[in-house]
Amino acid sequence: MGLFSTLHDNSTSNLPRSALAEFQQVLQPNQIILDEMGRRAYETDAFTAYKVMPLAVLLPSSTQEVADITAIAHRFDIPIIPRGAGTSLAGGAIPIETAIVLCLSRMNKILDINTTNRSAKVQAGVTNLAISDAVSDQGFFYAPDPSSQLACTIAGNIAMNSGGAHCLKYGVTTHNLMGVTLVTSEGEILEFGGDYLDPAGYDFLSLIVGSEGGLGIVTEATVMLRPKAEGARPLLLGFETHEEAGDCVAAIIGDGITPVAIEFMDRPAIKVCEDFAQAGYPLDVEALLLIEVEGAPLEIDESLQKIIRTASQFNPVHKRLAKSDEEAAAIWLGRKSAFGAIGRISEYLCMDGVIPLSKLSSVLAKINEICASHKLDVANIFHAGDGNMHPLILYDANKPGIIEIVEKCGAEILELCVLAGGCITGEHGVGLEKRDLMPLQFNEMDLVNQMRIKQLFDPKWLLNPDKVFPIEISKVFQEEGSLASLRDET
Amino acid sequence: MKTEFTKRQLRNDNIQLANDIFRRCVHCGLCTATCSSYVVVGDERDSPRGRIYMIKDMLESGTVPDKTLTTHMDRCLSCFSCMTTCPSGVDYMHLSDLAREEIETHGPRSFYDRMIRAMLSSTLPYPGRFNVMLLLGRLARPLQPLLAIVGLKQMAAMLEMLPARRKKSPEFKGGGTARPKGQQHKRVLLMTGCVQQVVRPSINDASIRLMARQGIEVIVPEKSGCCGALDLHMGKVEKAGVHARRNIQAFKELEEQMPLDGIIINASGCGTTVKDYGHLFGSNKSLRSKKIKAEDAVKFSETVFDISEFLINYNFGTAQLWSDLKVAVHIPCSMMHGQKITDHPQTLLRNAGFTVLPIDEAHICCGSAGVYNVLQPEIATSLGQRKADHISRAKPDIVATANLGCLTQIDHHSSVPVVHFIELLDWAYGGPCPDGLENLKDRVDHLDQD
Repeated sequence: MGLFSTLHDNSTSNLPRSALAEFQQVLQPNQIILDEMGRRAYETDAFTAYKVMPLAVLLPSSTQEVADITAIAHRFDIPIIPRGAGTSLAGGAIPIETAIVLCLSRMNKILDINTTNRSAKVQAGVTNLAISDAVSDQGFFYAPDPSSQLACTIAGNIAMNSGGAHCLKYGVTTHNLMGVTLVTSEGEILEFGGDYLDPAGYDFLSLIVGSEGGLGIVTEATVMLRPKAEGARPLLLGFETHEEAGDCVAAIIGDGITPVAIEFMDRPAIKVCEDFAQAGYPLDVEALLLIEVEGAPLEIDESLQKIIRTASQFNPVHKRLAKSDEEAAAIWLGRKSAFGAIGRISEYLCMDGVIPLSKLSSVLAKINEICASHKLDVANIFHAGDGNMHPLILYDANKPGIIEIVEKCGAEILELCVLAGGCITGEHGVGLEKRDLMPLQFNEMDLVNQMRIKQLFDPKWLLNPDKVFPIEISKVFQEEGSLASLRDET
Repeated sequence: MKTEFTKRQLRNDNIQLANDIFRRCVHCGLCTATCSSYVVVGDERDSPRGRIYMIKDMLESGTVPDKTLTTHMDRCLSCFSCMTTCPSGVDYMHLSDLAREEIETHGPRSFYDRMIRAMLSSTLPYPGRFNVMLLLGRLARPLQPLLAIVGLKQMAAMLEMLPARRKKSPEFKGGGTARPKGQQHKRVLLMTGCVQQVVRPSINDASIRLMARQGIEVIVPEKSGCCGALDLHMGKVEKAGVHARRNIQAFKELEEQMPLDGIIINASGCGTTVKDYGHLFGSNKSLRSKKIKAEDAVKFSETVFDISEFLINYNFGTAQLWSDLKVAVHIPCSMMHGQKITDHPQTLLRNAGFTVLPIDEAHICCGSAGVYNVLQPEIATSLGQRKADHISRAKPDIVATANLGCLTQIDHHSSVPVVHFIELLDWAYGGPCPDGLENLKDRVDHLDQD
């Protein structure tokens, strides 16, 4: 059968008519987007530096429909780009020209809440925050809390192994996931894990978490619920230098205190967040730490005292404890909205490197040097407690040629993270953005071995094919995948 | 976001305005989660981010609105929940106004679609014509299922939403002045709206009584009428301008006699629009005239208060009712997101002795959204049911809201009686029991203050 030889008459889409006819067999008309303007709305995610229109966008509403779609796409050798809410900062949901987008936004039901097992079963298109909202009355919450938790989906969280401010205490997605339903590239429906802690046999679940939609499409998830702490209180500490703030974080962790979160903001970030949230952040400091502790009132007081004692060695010039729930909410609103609020002043490229805590202050200084050498401004907002850095490189998107400079600057920052003993992605994933930087982290053999795993799950290399691995290296596998397709046909 | 306008395009004021709005958006997608249409439809094209992206594409390419953009702009409720959520401060409201005007002038609308819109625009804002339509509507009501079957969904929805029985006629009709007994504190103009006068005149009556009792002189100008929101949301900017000019003119005439302390509006949907007259006249030269200049519109907008904003500073004294009535308060989107008023009605009701209950998912629209429930009956119905479910979970005796549209929509979907919060306040401070709450009279004792 000739690929892409027939055009669909009623639209500009190059989706083969015969494939469309099969999609129409399993989906309602309002689940298929073919028109040009509609496909354009799906051409990018929150990483807007790149955009590519897909052949079509499909909006399934059940695992079975996802399986039907993948089976058809597999037969026609059409690549699939899975998408949740499209909030990826690494371009994880950006299509390629020959692909269809499979968007899980309609699979947003909470299927079961089991507080005895402390688990919730959800469709994967449900938003992160919706889970916590649904169990809040019963005194539970879902712990990983990426800043986009209002909008981002569990499917995306699993794909990228997302973290968030509170993962210092509770871990990232992989530590909070108990089971998934996965649709393979052939359209087979598989279950991994369940609503128990330790499944028998190999731990495939951990393999699926962070696989960026390359091993299969997660359609349902069983997540761990945790009891809400009795109370929580954020503390703000302001410093005159980044070094002092960085050393303070290392000292707090080194002391054996585990706050729920330690967040770092530098001066440009503080200003923007304050403008948005009016949280009462100090505007005259170079670095601000937002430290949250939780527990029973006595426990909170004791931890805070310890933290303040430790911090006092680093000359904090501003110290403020949230006195009410409203104050605490405003303090967090500023932090959680930081990336969006940066949009008030500039476009940005958000980096996502990880470094060992001990290197925090020296790496921060070097980041500022690197950005200055490219004549770019940078705002630093990140989860300092676990060394997950998010330098935001600010730039004017309408300036010709600027994006190349920004990307070069970003690559230098990530290289710095690797040299410091860290890695190039904390929680956003590799996606499109960092695929060519993977060799900084892994040698060719490492990469080839990872790709072999993908090949086992996805022999034709159809699921989110151009992500994660450098194209030059993955090309061999992709071509082998096409050969496999040819063999199928003959 | 990066934009790709030519210098020549940017010389156009509207494109410049749109460009500034696009540049603020970072395409983060947070707005999708709180968008009233996205939560129901689950399609990027029915989210603010998707619409912004499609509008950008249309304006950059210099083309006219296509069917896709038209469909998905039509599905936007203008609840502006996205603007409360957006951390970047993207002015979606004025961008959507621009898109709607573009669609109205150049968009691909069917004859039927145009006819429905023309009909709404030429009846609803005019109480006389609307009364006639109501009468005809009641006669045509038996046809409703038939219309739904043959696919005239909007016509069917319109008939379904008509009030089943005739309302009592207003106590205070047309233009006039309520001069309070005793010492007079303030002098205000009350905008009595258009549909509200006909469908639930008791809201205006209660507002007048309540304010007069507080020593506020309330003037309803003869020329007062529709605020223009209906036309504006259908992209009919010129027609909206006619209404706005008439209101501004009435205000100017009164102001010339003696300065006013406020223009009071008791329908939050209208409030959002009249508070924006300044921008409307500032960005549309064609609306200005010799008599009505941009600065007149700005002055008007600056003088407008929602009735809750105005009354929040008043001490009403002891309420005259003793009750255990539980009131779930639905803050309309136009109030919460459009005017950023989130708790004045609750405070006023609490002060009057009512037990106030919150409603879950308060930031999502009830589906009324002006004439949305007529034009987009499917989405409006699922939002209406969603809201009714949240209301019933709160287990209230009464639902109170602050906008006629929401009142009608919630009344249609929920079994709990719905009133305007002003009617409850008026009741608590000496007015009559609001329409529809007759069954709750036993639960209330009148305190004898004499």
